Amino acid sequence: MSAAVLARVRRLPRPRPGRVGATVAGTVLAAAVLACLFAPVLWPLDQSAVDLSQTRLAPSLLHPAGTDDLGRDVAHRSLYGLRVSLLVGVVAALVAAVIGGAVGALAGTLGGVVDRVLMRLVDTIAALPHLLLGIFIVAMLRPSLGAVVLSIGLTHWLSTARIVRSELLSLRHRPFIDAAVSGGAGRLRVLTRHLLPHVLPRLALAITLMIPHAVWHETALSFLGLGLPPHLASLGNMINDGRASLLTGAWWASLTPGLALIVVTLALATLTARWRDRLDPRVRAELQL
Amino acid sequence: MTRPGLAAGVTRPGLAACQVSASYGTQRVLDAVDLHIAPGETVGLHGPSGSGKSTMARLLALLHRPDGGHVSIDGTPVTGIRHQVPVAVRTRVAILFQSPRAATDPRLTLADLIAEPMRAIGTPPEQVRARTAELADTVGLTADLLTRRPHAVSDGQLQRACLARSLVHRPGYLLCDEATAMLDASTQAHVAAVVGEFQRRHDAGVLVISHDAALLARWADRVVELP
Repeated sequence: MSAAVLARVRRLPRPRPGRVGATVAGTVLAAAVLACLFAPVLWPLDQSAVDLSQTRLAPSLLHPAGTDDLGRDVAHRSLYGLRVSLLVGVVAALVAAVIGGAVGALAGTLGGVVDRVLMRLVDTIAALPHLLLGIFIVAMLRPSLGAVVLSIGLTHWLSTARIVRSELLSLRHRPFIDAAVSGGAGRLRVLTRHLLPHVLPRLALAITLMIPHAVWHETALSFLGLGLPPHLASLGNMINDGRASLLTGAWWASLTPGLALIVVTLALATLTARWRDRLDPRVRAELQL
Repeated sequence: MTRPGLAAGVTRPGLAACQVSASYGTQRVLDAVDLHIAPGETVGLHGPSGSGKSTMARLLALLHRPDGGHVSIDGTPVTGIRHQVPVAVRTRVAILFQSPRAATDPRLTLADLIAEPMRAIGTPPEQVRARTAELADTVGLTADLLTRRPHAVSDGQLQRACLARSLVHRPGYLLCDEATAMLDASTQAHVAAVVGEFQRRHDAGVLVISHDAALLARWADRVVELP
């Protein structure tokens, strides 16, 4: 009985440096995600509604973050902008993970010529500035959510491909894989039962690390006018629109979407950094995972 | 019994390495070496670190491609390695590694570890359960240990599970690559006894690899020295 109790106690998470930060980050992120999810129910927004009698009002009780040059509530639109940014970030990160995971798995398991060709392709694309490449991809398509997701997905899969490939290469010649092969496991079984389960945590980590990048990429594209159509709220669109109001002294039009962007991506980055710490083999042994 | 056109050693039953060479990059570790393990025989393989003992085991287990020469099983030369070898041939030779930690998937319980080679070839579940229990009993693992994962058992207990796993398909040849080097004396003796009992029952050939000459003198029928 005491052994079972001890084992349970040992499994409890220990206080570690960064835990407070991670809790704060988790709370902020959870609040942001919930607000985004339920925004259409709690606080519906007509994207094309304009009130020219209310332009550039300073923050007040009625408009906590002020209004922009078309009389739209900045706090309200920031919420919808964040909604788009998070959606694009998550979907684009998933697209990138699927492409990168497939390329990495092919290179890592087939090896030889396939590996060399695919990895040189990765090096070639990595040599191009990815914002430039992203702009090129969006410019060929019509401005839409899909184009932005594609632009991010097609430029952000490189690191995932490298991670998956190197994990597979290091696993492939471990004795436990040899033992499985020698015990009669076929190629497919070795891949699905012994290799992939070890790669998946790394892949999941790569996806979450990619989300903040993807959010920034979407913002950058929208800021340059290449992202979403201008009437749709997106953090990048809003920061760009607010730029014009800055000269008239209406600093609030860019401030709230900018803060939302910084706070949410920092929270995401903090959480993923902590998760990465937990995946480190030495730390993991300590945590008995 | 010699068939025309074949070298004398090839038709003999047994696991044989014929003039095998192996190198890593420019470093040659085995140079045209012959080794023959007859059914029921225990052969010791002795040599200093880096003399190619483990490479020889990996060659014989069809896990490493020789630069020259070939491996033959019961008179049939084997071409290819790993998945290129049919399952029925591959499972004739089992290998027991030095480090049970490295040789086990940390996600699997000991029971799953032992059952894995059976599931890999599609053995029905009730047979898998019965044989797992039988093997666990043979190597001395309790039911409680079988539900644990590698991080929650000792090296000795894990090596017993590895031994059970290597005996699953009743291999004709068992290669023990420093398999007892990390174990305490009583576990060492027990592993040797289990291997010996299996060998008597199934007339299996055993290769014992060690740098410990005294151990080989006790265990092996004859010892092959690698330079």
